[in-house]
Amino acid sequence: MANIEQIAKGAIEPGCAKVDPILVASGVTRQFGGLKAVDVAHLEIPRGKITALIGPNGAGKTTLFNLLTGFDKPNTGTWNFAGKDLAGVAPHKVARMGMVRTFQLTKALSLLTVIDNMRLGAQDNPGEKFFAAFVRPLWANKEREITERADALLTRFKLDAKRDDYAAGLSGGQRKLLEMARALMSKPELVMLDEPMAGVNPALTQSLLEHIKGLKENGTTVLFVEHDMHMVRHISDWVVVMAEGKIVAEGPPADVMKNPAVIDAYLGAHANSDLGDVEIATKEGN
Amino acid sequence: MFLPKHTLGRGLAFVFATLAIAASALTISAPASAAGHPVAKSQSAPVVLAGDSSDPSTWEYSIGGALKLNGKPVKGVTIIATNGKFSAKSVSDVGGKWLIAVPEAAIYKVSIDKATLPSGMAVANPEMEADLTAFSFAPVLFKFAGQTVQTVSFGDQLVGRLFSGLNFGLLLAIASIGISLIFGTTGLSNFAHGEMVTLGALMMWLLHASMGWPVILAGLVAVLVTGAFGWVQDAALWRPLRKRRMGLNQMMIVSIGFSIVVRYVYLLLFDGDTKDIAGGGNIIKFGPVSTTDLTLWGMLISVVALGGVALFLTRTRIGKATRAVSDNAALASATGIDVERIIRIVWVTAAALTGLAGVLYGLELQANWLTGFDILLLLFASVTLGGLGTALGATVGALIIGMVVEVSSLFIPNELRYAAALVILIVILIWRPQGVLGKKQRLG
Amino acid sequence: MDFGQIFNLTAGELIGVFTAAYALCALGLAMHFGFTGLLNFGQAGFAALGAYGYAFAALKLGWNMWGSFGFGMVCAAVFALILGLPTLRLRADYLAIVTIAAAQALYFFFGTEKYAAFTGGSNGLSEFGGDFYGYNPFPVGRYDLGIITLSEKEIWIRVVSWGLVAFVAVLLVILTRSPWGRTLKGIREDEDAVRSLGKNVFVYKMQSLVLGGVIGSLGGMVFVLSSQTNQASTWVSNFTFMTWTVLLLGGAATILGPIVGSAVFFMFLMFTQAFLEGLVNIGALPFLSIAQVGQIRYLLVGLFLMLLVIFRPQGFFGNKKELQFNG
Ligand SMILES: Nc1ncnc2c1ncn2[C@@H]1O[C@H](COP(=O)(O)OP(=O)(O)OP(=O)(O)O)[C@@H](O)[C@H]1O
Ligand SMILES: [Mg+2]
Repeated sequence: MANIEQIAKGAIEPGCAKVDPILVASGVTRQFGGLKAVDVAHLEIPRGKITALIGPNGAGKTTLFNLLTGFDKPNTGTWNFAGKDLAGVAPHKVARMGMVRTFQLTKALSLLTVIDNMRLGAQDNPGEKFFAAFVRPLWANKEREITERADALLTRFKLDAKRDDYAAGLSGGQRKLLEMARALMSKPELVMLDEPMAGVNPALTQSLLEHIKGLKENGTTVLFVEHDMHMVRHISDWVVVMAEGKIVAEGPPADVMKNPAVIDAYLGAHANSDLGDVEIATKEGN
Repeated sequence: MFLPKHTLGRGLAFVFATLAIAASALTISAPASAAGHPVAKSQSAPVVLAGDSSDPSTWEYSIGGALKLNGKPVKGVTIIATNGKFSAKSVSDVGGKWLIAVPEAAIYKVSIDKATLPSGMAVANPEMEADLTAFSFAPVLFKFAGQTVQTVSFGDQLVGRLFSGLNFGLLLAIASIGISLIFGTTGLSNFAHGEMVTLGALMMWLLHASMGWPVILAGLVAVLVTGAFGWVQDAALWRPLRKRRMGLNQMMIVSIGFSIVVRYVYLLLFDGDTKDIAGGGNIIKFGPVSTTDLTLWGMLISVVALGGVALFLTRTRIGKATRAVSDNAALASATGIDVERIIRIVWVTAAALTGLAGVLYGLELQANWLTGFDILLLLFASVTLGGLGTALGATVGALIIGMVVEVSSLFIPNELRYAAALVILIVILIWRPQGVLGKKQRLG
Repeated sequence: MDFGQIFNLTAGELIGVFTAAYALCALGLAMHFGFTGLLNFGQAGFAALGAYGYAFAALKLGWNMWGSFGFGMVCAAVFALILGLPTLRLRADYLAIVTIAAAQALYFFFGTEKYAAFTGGSNGLSEFGGDFYGYNPFPVGRYDLGIITLSEKEIWIRVVSWGLVAFVAVLLVILTRSPWGRTLKGIREDEDAVRSLGKNVFVYKMQSLVLGGVIGSLGGMVFVLSSQTNQASTWVSNFTFMTWTVLLLGGAATILGPIVGSAVFFMFLMFTQAFLEGLVNIGALPFLSIAQVGQIRYLLVGLFLMLLVIFRPQGFFGNKKELQFNG
């Protein structure tokens, strides 16, 4: 686990500055009718680390993801990724800049085969251009290279046996895995995973955790939403806690769990639950 | 919310009571129109004068055209086509259109019967030829000599048009509320909705014009029959499809198929000619507006019906439940509303209302097997303009569309009126996708 | 009843020009709906622009066949751009409303006398195929093909229209099996997923809309070149609905489907027409007139469309797993 000094700059408090932030957001708000779903004054995500975003149901985690990746428009706010201003940038451009997300409700494309799902994740395939698509030699090599990379990832995620099946035939957990593997096809700098473990077979979670750690070793930054505190404690370098749209606490995993603000936030929604032991029910739908 | 069984009856009773009040208002106009126009016979059906004894409906060749003076249709003029011993005639309808079916491919002489021309009109080319040797249809265009002088000021014309637009908008409104209610509760974009307008109009022709029933009774029965058609449709088709959890786009295409089936059933049963039902009524003038007693009664009935719907939706339990289902069917169901029952009531109500629109349309204008299909897009335009799924939105949208259609004909050719409404629809959708009154939501 | 003749008439539809024209229009729709998930209810508008574009360029601009073909295609492409720019960002059913409204507006526009100088008004345009038939390599004469006998012109238009069908089909096979086609299939199922992978969904949808529309315009051109007459009344919304029937009959997300669908559709129309007429003529159906036979056929088309969508939405060739009516 990383050293605190390598991550935070100065005092550890909600919205604190980081030594080397990859994503910096300020004043981001999103209102749904009378409800302020997201109200983030300041947030920095450390580069090359694994950051967990936790919080009770309805805290605004998914909405924050949607805003940062351009899938939803905030009422106010600016944010930048690796120094580039991202406010108002279309989602596909965000992805091309190296910030790729997955969805809480899995979006595996069930009418494509598993391998085609993977190939779709790759960037800069000339065959995806209209006119080049007619001329196979223009893209055959790239396609082969992409397929090799896809096969390697599928093996790592233990999906190689399903390679040629339609994704419709995968289990819920396998779809989560496929979506995550697909996101990695573009070699992103930052992956944002919305509840990657929800529904994944416990036997697989251990290897999934290893994959996430492996990503960090390859220099990829990970930001993930998770309700399973064991897992958060196990792999994250840093934890950000949201409640009612606001960042209420930040810090290394072990410290955050003791923070009274965090306990308050959860107790508001989940009385009598021991944070360390209870897996908070994941809500389908957001 | 708990809805006891008998509220179904109450809701229906309410709807039909409203319609009955509306229809009874029609009584007063009935004697006038019945006296002025005894059982009207179809005007545009061609009459064979001499020559061929085979059944004209089997003839494959036809000659036709539209009589227009300054863009306005000229009605009631007789056109005669002759070829050797064969001779047939047709009378132009309200749209100025006439069509003569002829038995064989030949060159026909086509002439206009000057005695039937409105006074003061002359034809520049009263004798024409129609060459049917190459094609099965030959258009013939008669040109009227001289232009009538425009005596009506633009302002007066505008007022007149706005009035017609209001009337047409009201008609569209009652029909499009039907679309809107069905869309709101089931999500179905019903392409077969126009056929319910047609049913109302054709029933009116059958019962009133053809069988001679008094106008209110005929109107009431026509509305009931259309309501029953709604019940049958939902019970036999749409509910089973909902139960199969069929996708909405798929259901929409089913409704296209259904629309085709119903239209051709009408054609088989009622033939393709345009039917005059009440002869247009007696002309009434006030200021720049020239209208008929029938139109005024029609407008009154429309307003009463719209008011009835508004009361139904806001004051009755079933109406409130309907709105709850439109809002969120799952939530409504969770609070104890029997969603399927509400949907059935909505279908019957929507169909009856739409039938009423057809009855009024048929009385004020004319009707044929395509009447409803012709205005279907205007109905969609009304619903979309106002904001999908809200009854008030549909009403506002329909009034806008009605006005646009009528006023636009001051500036563009008459036959482009509907096009103007469709262009307006497209423009508004681009500018404000959620519709004029719709709530802003995430679209796509 | 002459079953030999009924058979010949029906078989003749297999290579009919209208069969090819509808196959082209349905191939365009397959691009839109089958492979991209776009609900285009205005294919009649695209076909009409092809037809009027060709006729206008040939008659009023005096362009040759190539130029006229090009002009018709450009008209359809521009129409697609105009419709797509505002609507492709909105929910799918908005495209449906806008396309059907725009196609219907075009139909009114083409039919009015006001612009008769360009469109021929209600008479339409005719005799614009001179240059096209000038390329005809078949010498004047009657050609006996076994079941039907055709003139040299009828042969030529069939060769060209079915050649176009084959060309477009091959083109679509190549495209749909490319990474470009894969992206479209992804969009058909879930736009947001594809967006999250860095693809510009809007551009793909626009390319598909333009391509399918241009293919539809080819259908329209072939349609009117056979008789060299083009009237507004052809391009009613029923044309679009028949194209949908053809598409769904064969299978929306297939390429062979629209072609076979069109052949089956027209053979069905011809067979029912000839068969029912035969029955009427021998007095077996006393309650029907010959004119009503034609009407019954269309009634059956509607019924067909309903039953198809309810019981076999994937068509003859479709894969039930692949075809999905979203929403
Ligand atoms: N499109 C929307 N319209 C209205 N309200 C919304 C919308 N999306 C989210 N919300 C509301 O915003 C709040 C935050 O939702 P969000 O999905 O971001 O929570 P979350 O932290 O991801 O919760 P979970 O852990 O259950 O996934 C919730 O109260 C939710 O109901
Ligand atoms: Mg969430």
